[in-house]
Amino acid sequence: MIKVSNLQKSYKSNQVLKGISFHVDEGEVVAIIGPSGSGKSTLLRCLNFLEKPNEGHIEIGGIFVDTAKATKKEIHQLRLQTSMVFQHYNLFKNITALKNVAHPLRVTKKLDKKKAEEIGRHLLEQVGLSNKADHYPISLSGGQQQRVGIARALAVNPNAILFDEPTSSLDPEWVGEVLRVISRIADKEKTMIIVTHEMNFAREVADRVIFMDDGFIVEQGTPEEVFDYPANDRTKKFLRDYQRQITGKTDNKMEKFAIV
Amino acid sequence: MNFDFKYMFEIIPELLTYVPVTLYIAIASMIIAVIIAIFLSLILVNRTPVLHQLALIYISFFRGTPPLVQLLMIYFGLPQLLPSFNSITAMTAAILAFSLNVSAYLAEIFRAGLESVDKGQAEAALTTGMTYPQALKSIILPQAARNAIPATGNTFLGLLKNTSLAFTVGVTELLAQGKLLATATLHFFEAYMAVALIYWGLTALYSWLQSWYEKKISKAYVREV
Repeated sequence: MIKVSNLQKSYKSNQVLKGISFHVDEGEVVAIIGPSGSGKSTLLRCLNFLEKPNEGHIEIGGIFVDTAKATKKEIHQLRLQTSMVFQHYNLFKNITALKNVAHPLRVTKKLDKKKAEEIGRHLLEQVGLSNKADHYPISLSGGQQQRVGIARALAVNPNAILFDEPTSSLDPEWVGEVLRVISRIADKEKTMIIVTHEMNFAREVADRVIFMDDGFIVEQGTPEEVFDYPANDRTKKFLRDYQRQITGKTDNKMEKFAIV
Repeated sequence: MNFDFKYMFEIIPELLTYVPVTLYIAIASMIIAVIIAIFLSLILVNRTPVLHQLALIYISFFRGTPPLVQLLMIYFGLPQLLPSFNSITAMTAAILAFSLNVSAYLAEIFRAGLESVDKGQAEAALTTGMTYPQALKSIILPQAARNAIPATGNTFLGLLKNTSLAFTVGVTELLAQGKLLATATLHFFEAYMAVALIYWGLTALYSWLQSWYEKKISKAYVREV
């Protein structure tokens, strides 16, 4: 389904991806974890050419691209294979929730308005937002916006959906509802790559976990292998730091409650 | 004080018959300028090689020289260089000059408008399979237009008043008719005051229309309760 080999990306002298190779099978859910600045998001954004890789090959859904000499047409073909859910939602601000989902269908699949909006309404229902169809993004909460974003990504029915830290800019109260929606899609055998900081979620939803650090894939395996029996020291350190941070946060909360 | 109010109000209906000429010059120039400016602003935003430098020179020239000089160059100067412009009418020359002049201002306004649209909007459009032109048309330009409308309106007000320059090349528009009446009756102040009041009325009307329109298109950006 997805096959990446020797992907490299530099910003001037700063090499962010140092030769990444991996594959994702059809229907597989892969979570990419790792410290900030390890290149996770860049990797994801290279898969649809939001960032142009310097080198390497990408193959998604039968479209093969040599990234060093990709033509406009190839890039467009490659983009049609995936859709993306963004950290900052990136809903189209000038149109309603329903049109956010339906409009791309009208443009890219040439569906008529009625058909596109029918699909749009159906997807909004799936993410629990039927009653917000005619609202503009600004009047939706972060969680609602992200669920519309997921509906939009589902609408074009791509071979794979790329999630770029889908809950990182959400208020804690909205994280749960978004994760639940993503889990439901994962259960439907949709191919997904999820860059996330939510380790519990990654463990629960992913078939395979990839740990990245400093532009490399350091370790990958089933959630049990990576989270319970990490082999690499860097993975161990990352997970230890993560644990400490989480428990630290809980302590803070307790203090707050004590004051109240 | 020798000021004939009665005369001033008497000539207003006659002057009003020239408002269509003024509006025609202003609106025709504005439409052409907007089209040119959209292309210029896209060149500026995308930094298209060669075209980018040419666009910068074009903008610098038309913003850096007086519109009256540009009008005179086009009406009297162009036919001298290019004989095919021999039959250019004063009206055409005026519209051409104002279009070029205003497009230079609008190009910068539109560029700022385009750049004010979050990059994530175009990225999201591309990831849903839209091409860049498709994203531009339905997602980016509408948002950029909203950001650009207040400044564009200011430019249009400037244009509306600058159309009076057309009288210098012989177009009989609002000011030209006012001057005619002024010299015929020697009621200079009354005639020019009447002309001024009409311009004022037009600009006030336009400002009102614009604020109504701004409210209307802001619907998507105001939180509902």
